[in-house]
This record gives sequence, C-alpha cells and structure tokens, in this order.
Amino acid sequence: MTLTVESIKPALALACPLIAALLILFSNRRPNLRESWTLIAGLFQFAIILSMGPVILEGKTVEFTFLTGVLPGVNFGLRVDAFGLIFAITSSFLWMLVSVFSIGYMRTLKEHAQTRYYFCFALAIFGAVGVALSGNLMTLFIFYEILTVSTYPLVAHEESPEALFAGRKYLAYLLTSGVFLLAAIALDYSITGTTDFIPGGHLTLASASRPFLMILFLLFLLGFMKAAYIPFHSWLPTAMVAPTPVSALLHAVAVVKAGVFGVVRIVCYVYGTNTMQELGLGVMLASLAAVTMIGASLFAIAQDNLKKRLAYSTISQLSYILFGVALLSPMGITGAMIHIPLHGFMKITLFLCAGFILAATGKKNISEMAGIGRTMPVTMLAFTIGALGMCGAPPVAGFISKWYLGLGAIQSGYMVFLAILLIASLLDVVYFFPLIRTAFFETMPSQELLPGDQGKTVPVFPGKHQRLEATRSIYFLMFLPLSITALLSVLFCLFPNLFYILGLARIAVREIFGGL
Amino acid sequence: MTGFVEHLPILTIVISLFSAFTILVAGWFNKKSCIFIFWLTLTAQFIMSFIILRRVLIHGPIHYWLGGWKPPWGIELVVDSLNAYILIILLFLSLACAIYSKSNIEHELPGKRVSFYTLFQLLIAGLCGVTLTGDIFNMFVFIEIFSISAYALIAARGKIALKASFTYLILGSIGTCFFILGIGCLYSVTGSLNIHDLSLLLPPFYGNKVVKAAFVFFIVGLSIKMALFPFHTWLPDAHAFAPAEISAMLSGIMIEVSTYAFIRVSFSVFTVEFLKLLPVFDILCWVAVAAILMGSVMAITQVNLKRMLAYSSVANMGYIMLAVGISLSAVESPWGGLNPALMHIANHALMKGCLFLAAGAFIYKANLWHITEFRGLARKMPYTCAAFVLAAISMIGIPPSAGFVSKLYIILASIEIKNYFFVAVLLISSLLNLIYFWRVIETMYMKHEEGGHSSHGSHGMKEEIPLGMLIPILLLSSLCIVMGIVWLGKIPIPILDQVNLMFGLGKVP
Amino acid sequence: MAEWLMTEIFTKYNYWVSILLMFIGFYAIIAKDNLIKKIIGLSIFQTAIFLFYISLGVVKKGTAPIVSEEMILKGYAYVNPLPHVLILTAIVVAVATTAVALSLIIRLYEEYGTIEESEILEAIKKEGR
Repeated sequence: MTLTVESIKPALALACPLIAALLILFSNRRPNLRESWTLIAGLFQFAIILSMGPVILEGKTVEFTFLTGVLPGVNFGLRVDAFGLIFAITSSFLWMLVSVFSIGYMRTLKEHAQTRYYFCFALAIFGAVGVALSGNLMTLFIFYEILTVSTYPLVAHEESPEALFAGRKYLAYLLTSGVFLLAAIALDYSITGTTDFIPGGHLTLASASRPFLMILFLLFLLGFMKAAYIPFHSWLPTAMVAPTPVSALLHAVAVVKAGVFGVVRIVCYVYGTNTMQELGLGVMLASLAAVTMIGASLFAIAQDNLKKRLAYSTISQLSYILFGVALLSPMGITGAMIHIPLHGFMKITLFLCAGFILAATGKKNISEMAGIGRTMPVTMLAFTIGALGMCGAPPVAGFISKWYLGLGAIQSGYMVFLAILLIASLLDVVYFFPLIRTAFFETMPSQELLPGDQGKTVPVFPGKHQRLEATRSIYFLMFLPLSITALLSVLFCLFPNLFYILGLARIAVREIFGGL
Repeated sequence: MTGFVEHLPILTIVISLFSAFTILVAGWFNKKSCIFIFWLTLTAQFIMSFIILRRVLIHGPIHYWLGGWKPPWGIELVVDSLNAYILIILLFLSLACAIYSKSNIEHELPGKRVSFYTLFQLLIAGLCGVTLTGDIFNMFVFIEIFSISAYALIAARGKIALKASFTYLILGSIGTCFFILGIGCLYSVTGSLNIHDLSLLLPPFYGNKVVKAAFVFFIVGLSIKMALFPFHTWLPDAHAFAPAEISAMLSGIMIEVSTYAFIRVSFSVFTVEFLKLLPVFDILCWVAVAAILMGSVMAITQVNLKRMLAYSSVANMGYIMLAVGISLSAVESPWGGLNPALMHIANHALMKGCLFLAAGAFIYKANLWHITEFRGLARKMPYTCAAFVLAAISMIGIPPSAGFVSKLYIILASIEIKNYFFVAVLLISSLLNLIYFWRVIETMYMKHEEGGHSSHGSHGMKEEIPLGMLIPILLLSSLCIVMGIVWLGKIPIPILDQVNLMFGLGKVP
Repeated sequence: MAEWLMTEIFTKYNYWVSILLMFIGFYAIIAKDNLIKKIIGLSIFQTAIFLFYISLGVVKKGTAPIVSEEMILKGYAYVNPLPHVLILTAIVVAVATTAVALSLIIRLYEEYGTIEESEILEAIKKEGR
C-alpha cells in the first residue's frame, strides 16, 4: 500500500498558470510585464512540481481533493503518482523554455493578438498539468476538455482561411473524441462505481462481459484522438499552420502527450495489464501502434514542408509510446513512460530549430534550406542532435527509450514486435538524414552565399559576424531554448535519472505490476 | 399561522401587481421613475424569495390560505422546495433583465417605457403566481396573466414581431384551453380544484377514462406552452423578434415555468402511481429526443442569431423533458428522480438568459442580426463576446461549466436505465450545439471586418455597450462557470433531494 | 340501438355540442386566412369549453344558486355555482385575450395594410429578415 500525503502543492502547481493567465489578460498594454508573468509562473510551477519528486520517489502519492463526492465514489481531485509526475515535469519545464522562445519568435515576426496567445498558452498548460495530476477519469476529462478549448485559439492564431480551417478540423476531431471519452467514462462508472486510477486497474473480467469490455476499450481509445493514431491523425499535420511555438507545444508538451498519457492511464491504471492480456487488447493496440509507426514514417518521407514532416514524425513517435504500453511488459512500459519526456525534449529541439529558421529566414520548405548549416550552424547542430535522438542513436536520449522498448519487445515474447521496432527506426533515418544532408552538405543558392564562399563545397564554421543566429539580439531568445533542449537531450542519455525521470518510471512500473 | 414569513408568498405576487399599477400611474408624471419602482419591487421580491426558501428548507412547506378560507373551498398557496427553487431562479433572471433594460429600453422601444415596465411587472406577477399557487384553476389564471403580458410584450417592436406575437397568441390560447379542459375533466370527477386535495381524491379514479383524458389534455396544453416538439412552431419567431430582455425572459423563464407547471401537474396532482400506470412518460422521452435532435439541427441552418438561439431553446426543452421522462426510473443519487431536470432548468435559465442578452447587446450597438455580420466583433465588444463564449461553452457542455454537469447527470441517469440510445442522442446533440455555436464564435473572433481592418493588436476603439447592460451579461456568464463548480460540489442538491422525497422519486430510504 | 342512441348521444348531448363547437372553432383557426376569422374561431373554441364546464354543473330541476329563505325552507335544489364562477373568470381572461388579439390585428393592418395571413407572410418574406 502506498502512503498518501495530503498536500496543497498539486493545487498550487495548477494555480500558477491559471493566475498567470488572468494576470496576462490584465497586462495587455505592457508587453514586458505580460511576458514576465508567464516566466515567473513557469518557474514557480516547475519548482513546485519538482519538489514533489523526492516524496514520490519514496513510493508515496500526493493528494489534494477539490470537491468530494461529485458523484458517489468520484471526487474532483488531484493525485500525484510517479507516472503523472513524469508528465507534469515535462510539461512545466518545457513551458518555460517554449515561453522564452515565444517571446523571441512573436516579437521577431511582430505577430498580432499576442495577449490572446499568451493567455491561451497559460490556460493550455493549466489543462495539461491538470491532466497529469488528475486522480481519476472524471477530473482528467475536465482538464482534457479545457486543454482542447484553450488550444483552439492558438491553432487558429493566424486567422487566415487555412488557419481557421485547421482550427475547425482540430475542434471537430478533438471535441468529438471528447464525446466518446465522456461516454466511456460514464459507462465505466456505471459498471464499477468508481473512476479512480489504481495501479493494476479497477476493471476486471468480472466487471462486465468480454464484448462490453472490449467495446469500452475501443470507446476509450476513440476518446483519446489526441494521441494521433491512424486513422484519426490528420488533425495534427493540418494544425501545423499554427505559429511554431504552438506546434512545439502541441507536439512535445501538451496536447499529444496528454493523449498518449491518457491511453497509458487507461491501459495500466483502469484496465490493468492482466485484464488487457486476457482480453487480448494488447495485441490489438500494438497492431494499431505498429500501423501508425510505419505508416506515419512513410508519410513523413513525402513531405517537403519541414513542420509537416516533423508532424508526421511525431505521429510515428507517439505510437512508439502506445506500442511500448501495448507490449504489457515491464520494460516496454518503462520505455513508453520515459519516451514521453525524452521524445518531448528531442521534438521540441527540432521544432524550435524549425521555428528559428522560419523567423530568421522565412523558409518553410526543406528544398529551400540548402546549405543553411552554413549560416545557422549551431541551430542545425541542435537539429542534428534531435534527429539522431529520433533515430535512436546514442549519445542522444532517444537511444535510452528505444533500448527499453526493444527489451520490452523481447520480453513480451513476440519477435515480430522487435522487427517492427527496427523497421520503424530505420524509416526514421530515411526521412531525417536527407534533411541534414541538405542543410550541411549542399551548396546554398548563389544569392545567399556568404562573401568568400564562392566555389567552396566543404562547410567551414563561419565566424561570429557571419552567423545568422547572432545578427539580432532578439534571436538570442530563440537560440537559447533550443540549445538548452538539445543539450538536455544528450544529458538525458548520459544521466537518465535527470529530473528523476527514470526513477519515477521504475516506481510507476513497479506499482503497476504489483511489485514484480 | 402566524409569522411574517407565512405571508411572503402572497406578498410576492401582490407587490408585483401593485407596482404594475404604480408604474402606470407614476409614468404619467415622471417617466424616469418607472425603472426605479420596477427595480425596487424586483429586489424586494428577490430578497423575499430567499427568505421563503430558507423557511421552506428548515420548517417545511408553507401553506397560505387566501382570505382565510380553508382549502378545498378557498384558494391556497403552497410553497415547498420545488416552488421556492423555481421562484429564486425566476426572480434572479428577472432582476438581471431589469438591470439590463434600463439602458436598452430607449433604444429598442422609444417612448413606450411606461407600458413596457407595466407589462413586464405583470409578466413577473403571473410567473410568480404560477410558481406559488396550490390551486389548479388559480394556476390557469396566472398562466393566462403572464401569457397575455407576453403577447403584448413580444409585439412591442412592431412589424414582424406583431405577426409572431399573433401566432403565439393563437397557439398559446389553444394551449390554455386544453389546460382548462383538463381542469374541467378533473373537476367533473372529483369536485375539487386544490392540487393537494386532488391528489388525495383521484386515486380511486385512476382507471377512469376521464382522468386519463384529463392528463392528456394537461400534457398537450402545457407542451404548447413550453414549446415541446411538435408544438414549438410559435417559438422561433416569438423569441427572435421580441425585445432583448423579453427574449431572455421567454427562453429563460417562461417556458421553464411551463415545465414547472408540467412537473407540478404530473407529480402533485397525478401522483407517481398514476404515471406508472400509463406509458406516457416513455412516449414523452421519445418526443423529447425528437425535440433535441430537431432543435439542434434547425439551429444549425439559421442565419439570424436570435432565431438560432430560439431553436436551441427548443432543444433544451427536449433535454428537460427527457430528464423528466426518465425521472421515474432513474433512482440513484445524485442523478435520480427529478434532479437532472431541475438542474437543467436552472442552468438553462442562466445560459440562455446570458446568450439572449448578449444578442440584444449586439443589436443595440450595431443592429446586427445575422451571424455573417458579426465579423471581427470581438475587437469592438470584447467583454460581451467573452461572455457569449462562456455561455456557449456551457451550452455545448464543456467541463467544468454548468451545462456539462446537467448533461452528465442526464447521461448517467440514462445509463442507469440502460438506455444507451439516449446517451448517444445527448452526445450527438452536444456536437450539434458545438457546430452552431462555434460558427458564431469563429465569426466574432477570427474573421476580420471587411474593408481591411488592421490586425495588429487590439488597440482599436472599443465600442462596448453601457455598463448597465454589461454587468448582467457578465454576471450571468460567469455564473455559468461558477454554478458548474457549485453543482459539482453538490451544494444545492439537498433542495432537489427534498423534491424527490416529496414526490416519492429516487431512492426510497 | 335506440337505447344506445339514448344513453350515448341524447343524454350526453351537451358534451357532443361542446365537441362540435370545439371542432368548428379549431377549424376556423387553422383553415381561415383572415385574422379576424381566426380570432372568431378562437372565441368559438373557448366558448365551447365554457359550455362544457357549465353543463357539468347542471342539477336536474335546480334553480339559480341564490340563497334565500324560501330556498332553505322548501329545500330547493340549486345548480352548482362553482363552475359558473370558474367560467366567469375564464370569460374575463378570454375577453382580455381577444382584446389583445384585436389590437394586434389593428397594428398589423397599420403596418401591412392587410389582415389576410398569407399576404402578411408574403410581405414579411419580401422584407427579408
């Protein structure tokens, strides 16, 4: 039995972005004050969340209940356990970095409606951390929907027809899935009388008939379209019309990770690995994940727009997490759980690089980016680090998670899963490598060549005065976060227990498997 | 029967009637004084309704005998927890509309202020009367009082409103006629008109065809009054072309007081035993489902904002009737019995009131009726649009708003009776609601004004509506979210549980 | 057959007349185009209901329900006054409704120049709203 600690910390962690959102709204006229609210709140939030780490590592959980007895057996409350803390740490830390990047990005491009942007950003983090810290399905649902609604103005930010269309598509997909989720939660509640997250699940084969449980799982899965699995993935590439920091947020931090987080919660904390095994749902989920992993990679190869390629890459990587969890083995689930933060860091690096390139040069397509490694070397170095991590190559963090996933595949006993994993990783290389080659090893169009570079094919690290990254001081705000995330991606590989990530995953898995 | 509180029910109705007369007379001398008399009366009534509720919760129902005549000979006013609950909602929304009307009325109905307030006060008197009475014929009289006031008020703006009001008049009168027929049938069988008395006298006659016919008459009559499909045809035009506050009152209160009358007649006059004999409530559920779907679908096709909201009201009456229909079978607390229905009555009043007042604000500022004209409105009227968004979120049913909680309860009740079709209908209708509300929100916020409005920042001139109109709108919309959390915390549930207990619904302890 | 006619139709003739009038009124409301005729139909409908009520209160060989010494001494039966009271109330209400309806018709005439419903609807459509 885990000991429970009652503490106000989870509520405080949630209050930070909420209060920041309100303060942002009132600081409309003073941009610097407005931005500082975001940064201060992010700092506080991360500190509070990280401080709960040691408590959780001892095997306890932290609880805070807002309203008891919303329905008999259901509270509206927060319960911080190991797995939730992983997601919360990821979200809160990356919020800080993306916020710094946003300031640079928005001011470089002189974007409109910045107050609305920061306001919705703060609310979105409120929703995401709320999802992370939820103690039961009902609370998770509430924060989940808040997340959907608050990210809509971010997706449709540009207010162009494409952006509005993307926004509508986004809402259509995600609110429909919210409807499925509500139905699933209501049905789950009606047969068990509880919606709590219990390691090992609160549903058993005795709860209802087999077909009912299988259909319920399907409804749950449909309820988490945020996880962007095929065939309900197309909202994600379309949503790339959003400003890049928003795409970074959508892809690494909040929305999609909330989706997979939810699925992992369902598999491990609502159904439980035993029930999943007996219903044969593990194989079903693994197949779905496999199709997405490989299919999305294939789509990615065909994309010229950098952000769209990264979008499909994300779809593929998310299914790694679903895949790991579907293996129903300790190693697999550990791999899935740590892939959430590790992929987050790597993907954010990639997106921030893409955003920086867009802000500084206005280039969106890969075909335009020939030789950009010359003028933006550090950026492309960071990008390479991220790409290496995606492919699973050491010394970048992606190696760790893929290692665990591979071990999990072996542990599950089906060699075909290992084969799928390897094929998918190979495909990752196929669509990332040409990018890096184009950036570094192709010559730039002649009008962009730096003076003195005519005729040279081998890149030489340019001096400070030639680097595009250093030309404007505001670029520093964009440059810094992506460097930090790239650095962290490497550090995570060397020290997987940074920010307690691996330790928390181990504890979570131990809980789920009941001390095996 | 001593004590001041015992007299409050009749006082609530009487000061309304009295103030209507006073407004009329005072209006001859000083036009500006009307609004203050109006506000004063409404505030007094609102405070009284709280005192009544407190009294009812602690001591039990209040019985007031008009003129000292004992029932069943005399007319009796009975206030139990159901009445008190509806009364508070009624007076709260009236007060909000009253505050709103101060700024709006000169713009909307120039020079007709005095008659407007007189009729408005009569409307409130009629509504209070229906809510508080314990005698069924008295209920008919008060229904007619508020209906006639409504006919006149809807027609206030002239032109199309006249025709809309005329249609409502015809249909509403037919509805009331059916109501009287029902009363007549019951009277012929039992000889009594008192609600409580009828419930005692009727049981031996439950198999009688006359009693069954009476029940059907009541249902049909009240269905016309509350615009339940297929008797809703008067509603879209009437609500669309009435003045803003009256639209809010219509959608938020009048049709809901009609649902209250329905509940009162079904459960107090014909008790639960009778309802279990006939499959009427099952049919009612299916009619409600048709109302929900049809209302939502028709709303999507509308271009006129107020008509869209009116069809949305039709759908919401469907929700309430669906909840009433399954109240017999769903017993688990807290969604058992009449809880979801009563909860949605309160929530719908808040949400729809806010939406119609906001729609009125748009018309006030720029005479904007059609949704396509709302482009870029959010820049000019940010607060009103924000309020609209909050109320729309509540209507769609996104947590943690009030609308979400009532829909959740209805869903849980449907699951309890194992009718998954209703669950599917509710969820589909949420998505339909999303479609037509999001269209408006998107146009308001995202589309730019034609003519190349600069899109940098929001430093343009804000032409917001006057504070007197803004405060009720903001208050109602923030209540949509706050009440959501209040309902989640189950704070008002004890009142509703008392209602269930009184009618014998829900879990038998 | 004759017995059935007697019991069902002739003794209950008041109900049948009521129903017949109701149908006539209802038909007028629905089928007539002229607004005044609709109101007349509504009045007929309401009157039918009033008749139904009043006929409920009839007592055979009953006199008017006014208390007097003669009545008490000789023990006359009197007609039930309660339905009369109810109907008086209802008549007042119906009159108010008719008054509002007629004023609406006057205003409609001022606005549209016609009191035929179909023409008014056409005029509204032309204005578009």
